[in-house]
Amino acid sequence: MNKPPALDVNSLEIVRPKTIGRRILAGVCIVLLLLLAKAFWEGDIAWNIVSQYLFARPVLAGVGNTIIMTFCAMIVGVVLGVLAAIMRMSDNPVLRNIAIGYVWLFRGAPALLQLLLWFNLALIFPTLGIPGLFSVQTVDVMTPFVAAVLGLGIQQGAYTAEVVRAGILSIDKGQTEAAQSIGMTKLRATLKIVLPQAMRVIVPPIGNETIGMVKLTSLASVIQFPEVLRSVEDIYYVNSRVIELLIVATVWYLIVVTILSIGQFYIERYFSKGWGRRNAPVQQAGNQATVEEAV
Amino acid sequence: METIIEAHGLQKYFGSFHVLKNIDFEIKKGEVVCIIGPSGSGKSTFLRCINQLEQINAGYIAVDGEIAGFRREGNRLFPLPDREIARQRQAVGMVFQKFHLFPHRTVLQNIIEGPVGVQKRPRPECIAEARVLLKRVGLADKADSYPGELSGGQQQRIAIARALAMKPKAMLFDEPTSALDPELVGEVLGVMKELAASGTTMIVVTHEIGFCREVADRVLFMDAGAIVDVGTAAEILENPKNPRVKNFISAVL
Repeated sequence: MNKPPALDVNSLEIVRPKTIGRRILAGVCIVLLLLLAKAFWEGDIAWNIVSQYLFARPVLAGVGNTIIMTFCAMIVGVVLGVLAAIMRMSDNPVLRNIAIGYVWLFRGAPALLQLLLWFNLALIFPTLGIPGLFSVQTVDVMTPFVAAVLGLGIQQGAYTAEVVRAGILSIDKGQTEAAQSIGMTKLRATLKIVLPQAMRVIVPPIGNETIGMVKLTSLASVIQFPEVLRSVEDIYYVNSRVIELLIVATVWYLIVVTILSIGQFYIERYFSKGWGRRNAPVQQAGNQATVEEAV
Repeated sequence: METIIEAHGLQKYFGSFHVLKNIDFEIKKGEVVCIIGPSGSGKSTFLRCINQLEQINAGYIAVDGEIAGFRREGNRLFPLPDREIARQRQAVGMVFQKFHLFPHRTVLQNIIEGPVGVQKRPRPECIAEARVLLKRVGLADKADSYPGELSGGQQQRIAIARALAMKPKAMLFDEPTSALDPELVGEVLGVMKELAASGTTMIVVTHEIGFCREVADRVLFMDAGAIVDVGTAAEILENPKNPRVKNFISAVL
């Protein structure tokens, strides 16, 4: 056996690897990005129009409507989603099948089509109400706002139902059993013990879907709801500054989505109560293991 | 002594698999019964039937004179609604192999969830009782910790405290030390010995033969879904007559 000669530990030096390839790639990418920026800068875009309309009143009103619509539709969606998920997991076959049918129907039809259906509900039901008690004209009730909330919210609920169900399934059955063993009914165990834990798994995809909803509200422009896209469209129909105003809308969508992403971070932190601390030492142990393996 | 839990002619199937075969069983107040036997012999299923986490297919179980899961009228048994079953479950405390503490609640919240949330007793009173229980299981300083911060042995002691907080008439232990590192088994068994000594009615499914020898008033040996042998700890563990019991004991010791 050849024993390697002893080395002077203090004189050893770790040489940084050369990264020439990486530097060249970075340089090429920067040049390409600059060219792209230059093209847009020199393109026929009147940036002063963009800044002029960025804070125009109808645009701001549109942004407000987009945000309100996002929240209303998501509230409808989450409520329906939780309800459908719990029904889907119930022992009662009637409730289970209603939930399955709901998800099948409203996940299956395009959102735009559903918006149009709700908006045109008056064509099949001229009046709404309970016969003999009260009755209203459908056209009075089914405003663009109501139609958009219903259309977007109900189809969102079909997606959220599956997200919530996945979250509930991710929780160990032992949690329900432990809750039942201290006298909770199955429903109470689901609501008080399982759902709060499932939220850890549910929140990230719901956050994702809320961001999706911000953009999906643009569909409501088709049924005359004055959200931000509709607002800029109304402006460029008059002044023909199409690209400039679309850029205004893009900027606002990005701002709203960025703020929501930050909000999501805090919501996730809230629902990981009791978990962060558990995961911390486990992760540490995992890191140590990899270090040891590497050594 | 009054009977706390009794089972008569119990049959249980998982599909076509016959898990429990004609189980007859009785435990008196203050008694400690240990159930031993090979894996898959139906020991845990029997405990879960007592707590109605599994439904039985024939026979009946009665806890404190009340038939579990059914209302009897003459010879007809009517299934009880979920709410009534939940009420009946409060009469027996259950300790699980894997603790199943609620990870999003602190230790104290875990313990008072039942008394405050389910039994609707006043919160300050329940908190005071919870602190006494925590002291009893040796974890008075852990009230505000989350379960994830505790060792397995500590979690299981909290789980015992959570079950005791409901003031059950009997405690069921489903292999309470099987998921623990060997050096943590002792602290949980210690708490259980103290409970036994203080007159708690207990059914313990376990592989800890030493524990059985020390605290069991009676030892049941189950195999393939049936109770094969019953007797005092000395009778079953020291000089078993039944060859199957003899084999098992010599294998685990």
